[in-house]
Amino acid sequence: MDHAVEMINITKEFPGIKANDKIDLRLKKGEIHALLGENGAGKSTLMSILFGIYKADEGEIRVNNEPAEITNPNDANKLGIGMVHQHFKLVDRFTVLENIILGFEDTKNRVLVYDDAREKIKELSEQYNLKVDPDKRVADISVGHQQRVEILKMLYRDAEILILDEPTASLTPQEIDELMDILKTLRKEGKSILFISHKLKEIMEIADRCTILRRGKYIDTVNIHETSFEELAEKMVGRKVDFTLEKDKAKPKDTVLSMKNVNVTDPISQQHVVKDFTAESKRGEILVVAGIEGNGQTELIYGLTGLYPVDSGEIHLNEENVTEYSIRERALAGISHIPEDRQKHGLILDFPLEYNMILQSYHQEPFQKRGFLQFDAIRDHTNRLIERFDVRSSSGAKSVTRSLSGGNQQKAILGREIDRESDLLLAVQPTRGLDVGAIEFIHKELVNYRDQDKSVMIVSYDLDEVFNLADRILVMYEGENVGVFDPKEVSREDLGLYMAGSKKGDQS
Amino acid sequence: MNKIWEFIDKKPNSISVLSSIAAVIFGLIFGFILMLIVSPGTAASGFATILFGPFSDLRNIGFLLHYAAPIILTGLSVAFAFKTGLFNIGASGQLTVGAFFGLYVGVNWDFLGPVHWIVALLAAAVGGAIWGGITGLLKAYRNVNEVVSSIMLNYVSLYLVNLLILNFIYAGRSEAMRPVASARIPSGFMDTIFAGSPANIGIFIALLIAAILHIVLNYTTFGFELKSVGESRTAAKYAGIKEKRSIVFSFLIAGAIAGIAGGLMYLVGDRSFRINEQIIEQGFTGIAIALLGLSSPIGVILAGLFYGSIMRGGDAAQRFVREEIVEIIIAVIIYFSALSLFAKQFIGNIVKQKMKEKPKEPSKEGESR
Repeated sequence: MDHAVEMINITKEFPGIKANDKIDLRLKKGEIHALLGENGAGKSTLMSILFGIYKADEGEIRVNNEPAEITNPNDANKLGIGMVHQHFKLVDRFTVLENIILGFEDTKNRVLVYDDAREKIKELSEQYNLKVDPDKRVADISVGHQQRVEILKMLYRDAEILILDEPTASLTPQEIDELMDILKTLRKEGKSILFISHKLKEIMEIADRCTILRRGKYIDTVNIHETSFEELAEKMVGRKVDFTLEKDKAKPKDTVLSMKNVNVTDPISQQHVVKDFTAESKRGEILVVAGIEGNGQTELIYGLTGLYPVDSGEIHLNEENVTEYSIRERALAGISHIPEDRQKHGLILDFPLEYNMILQSYHQEPFQKRGFLQFDAIRDHTNRLIERFDVRSSSGAKSVTRSLSGGNQQKAILGREIDRESDLLLAVQPTRGLDVGAIEFIHKELVNYRDQDKSVMIVSYDLDEVFNLADRILVMYEGENVGVFDPKEVSREDLGLYMAGSKKGDQS
Repeated sequence: MNKIWEFIDKKPNSISVLSSIAAVIFGLIFGFILMLIVSPGTAASGFATILFGPFSDLRNIGFLLHYAAPIILTGLSVAFAFKTGLFNIGASGQLTVGAFFGLYVGVNWDFLGPVHWIVALLAAAVGGAIWGGITGLLKAYRNVNEVVSSIMLNYVSLYLVNLLILNFIYAGRSEAMRPVASARIPSGFMDTIFAGSPANIGIFIALLIAAILHIVLNYTTFGFELKSVGESRTAAKYAGIKEKRSIVFSFLIAGAIAGIAGGLMYLVGDRSFRINEQIIEQGFTGIAIALLGLSSPIGVILAGLFYGSIMRGGDAAQRFVREEIVEIIIAVIIYFSALSLFAKQFIGNIVKQKMKEKPKEPSKEGESR
């Protein structure tokens, strides 16, 4: 059998954890091979071993059917292995061309020459359908184009084996489609591709075969056309996964939040982004604000929580006018907020986890007495939330928050906000970038919160999530409320038309 | 040997401590080489004097403590701001304005009697706080970079205070005007222990302030707010902390500490404020001390004491080497301590290499900063 890469019986132990335990991975020439696993399953460690960043404790690596000794990324490059990291390694202020040749520059009389490089990049762009303007600065191009630059960088170095680490994590849906086309072209041209992901949909679409890891162990390698979505999910998580959330019919009660003609202007760009927005959210129901990203959802939530001032209109919480309240006053009046950007707003990454668990409540008893923090109470509180919301970390309450995986960071925020028992829970994109296990957990908790007679308002850009969670769907388009729908009575297609602005409904 | 590497690898802080010690050692070696070049004959004895002279008798130790006190305070001023995410380059200016406020009270308000020196020192704190507060306000409400504004305010303070001193303190009096006896920092029992030195209770004031800062930053809700804003302005705002007010408070406090340093320097009998000097160096030294002391109160105290000893050693070594050489040595050590960040990286790399064969903690990219 002709293999591009074989990793046989790879074991890698870190203090206290076996990150890779006897893992086998065989990448055939010319195939797209997915490496699937939840966060923390050992995918990145395995790839780091292949790329020479870590050294395996045991096991063998063979490249092109020859035993290979890879001790650093340069060795990997020489063997024709290229890697696109999840966070790109590009120089923002350099042009595309400069970034691609960086480290492989041609010189003539000690002066840089670009002509040959430009020609080669042009050929590669055409061959693989990777259109980028070589003279644009990287800072000025989109994330999708930056990724193309990374791919071109590998091709420029004549890589035959391409590793892509979570390549779709920061892309828009259109960019994901384009990436899929590019990968198909690369496969057609004979490249072998390792595609690391926890997104089942993409793997089903693009991959030929898939190797699944779970908690550092090798589970299986399957042919994609012989498997199903459900089987992959089960192998990844280790149990059956519910893709349709089970929830009882909502029993809406009195109104918690009511907004009347709310207008918000972005204080930086001075653009009027939320326009005469009127809506209500009730106890015992989940209201999902659906729409395409960038239609004022972010600013609507900023206006509700006090992060942005409201130009005009009124916000009432339990019939209390909170329009002029500060952020803290609103939080105390009964708003919990799971923010869209968990690393910018939700957490202080360099604080220990326990400090993040009291981010809004540090000034309340029992966490402080006479201005002094009460460390025992803080520790107990954190341990309780860690237990209740299954937040996994290396050293519990004392762990530096940055070291937690994205899913666990989000569970920590979810726990903190739910525990405050506010009447209104705002959650923006609560499951963005998370794996199926974490998504299922968070969805269940949100429904659970609703069932405690709280009002839950969610902003989501993902239609699956919208239909899974919503008791009512509100569509937002260009800052306006263009209609409120019952998820049982509206079709996806219709909702899509409203979201795209080609249809307008009654406001109810 | 492997045990040591493993220990360092497990306790990242120890790398920082090692790098600070390395900076001092490199600085001293460099200074010694310099002395060998300039005056090979006396280099060894001169170097020994710099290192050990300050500890030869109690009088010298008294000088050491006296020199160290204001340096510890400016170091604390910079370190405190740093812990709250701000870079205070303006300790010199805050110190200068504090010195003027202290001197004004110290020269003029002799009706205060026994509390005179306390009021004068508090006035110095107020002066420093006002000057720091300007930078804080500009940063919080106009988003003016604090490095730029505080460094420019250093110059403003220099000339402004020269003018004010001439008009309000030296006006019609002798140019060597010093605070009246009741406004001088009391020597307490220090003058009996360290007889012959100018030592006073200033060092205890510095230690007390270090202790207070440590408590405020680590044990109070106020410190929690300041640190939150320092780590992430956006997350602090999300949490309902008034992040602008918090920035202003940080600079008020940092300024007050530097102002007290100015009070300690000039509310004494043996030094008077000279006109048309350059910017007072103790403020800038504070940056180096904060770096060398890793922005922790204990580290700053140790670094300040070390600095005091080198200064005192320099006094004594002037028998062997020219004054300029001593100053250069001090400057070199400061440079190296500023470079301790590089030393940190260097030591970090060695540890990494030693640990490469061994399993390493699983770390995400963001962690290994």
